[in-house]
Amino acid sequence: MHELSIAMSIVELAQEEADRRGDIRIKAVHLRLGALSGVVKDALFSSYAMACDDTPLEGSRLVVEDVPVIIFCKQCDGQRPVHSTQMFCCADCGTPTGEIVQGKELLVVGLEVEE
Amino acid sequence: MSAKTRMIEVRENVLKQNDIVARELRRKFHDAGVFVVSMVSSPGAGKTALLENTLTRLRQECRVAALVGDLATENDAARLARSQAPVKQIITGTVCHLEAAMIDRALEGWKLDELDFLFLENVGNMVCPSSYDLGEDLRLVLMSVTEGEDKPLKYPTIFNSADVALITKIDLATAVEFDATAANRNIQAVRPGMAILDVSVKSGAGLDEFLDFLRARRADAQTVLGARAAT
Repeated sequence: MHELSIAMSIVELAQEEADRRGDIRIKAVHLRLGALSGVVKDALFSSYAMACDDTPLEGSRLVVEDVPVIIFCKQCDGQRPVHSTQMFCCADCGTPTGEIVQGKELLVVGLEVEE
Repeated sequence: MSAKTRMIEVRENVLKQNDIVARELRRKFHDAGVFVVSMVSSPGAGKTALLENTLTRLRQECRVAALVGDLATENDAARLARSQAPVKQIITGTVCHLEAAMIDRALEGWKLDELDFLFLENVGNMVCPSSYDLGEDLRLVLMSVTEGEDKPLKYPTIFNSADVALITKIDLATAVEFDATAANRNIQAVRPGMAILDVSVKSGAGLDEFLDFLRARRADAQTVLGARAAT
């Protein structure tokens, strides 16, 4: 359960970004969360509310965009989704591959702010 | 007063701080010529037993050391110290994984260029350590035969973050009716092409192969770094 420390990093990072831009108030933080990030979304939501307590972000929302795993399939010679995280093979042709192109993201991509 | 809401686009990695420290550690390790191997598994899979054996044996031929992470107690460090290798305990308190900054702090005052191998034993946990780069060259994930063949399917992320899978306590395989074919199939399903080694510290099975594997990986890394330095 490392979601609380992740949530605290998100809050800190968002606040630093806001501070750099002057007198603004964060209403929501938008996050891209990869299926292989190792972070559990539900635990992150509850941790986020806790991490925001007594900070300028108190009452703000966390908006999460799930990022699926994309692999490079040599057989198809292109980027393809995987069958599942339990079955790392090309969803189209079934070739097993460990070449991950996307899915480890844990990125703050946007802040909804009020001026 | 009416407030106006607008969207600011940013692109910040939440684990940026850890990744920066890990990158710096990796550079330091490479400059010093030390090959760094980390170990992750659930509690009780046999990380400490394998590490104690590995330190004892590798110490006969090269310079080895270890850092070991636990939420509490110095028991593992005391146990590993029997190998006579330098060992330091990292007590993480409530933190369920090692982070790069903890490694960096623990290594303060250590002369890395006097080491050939450094081992990092993570806190026993199959979830959280997967998110944190520690600057290691090689990450081993251990699963014991008593844990069930479907462990990789339940924890695909940790297997995906690792380079090599070790199946431990292989001497108990028959007693617990371990299905090696299913275990291998499940590991390959979540991490195609992953190297798998079977070991038992108790019987000694697979330990020579494991050390050969570590020596070969270290030699490979040195060749790559040597070639990079020459260009």
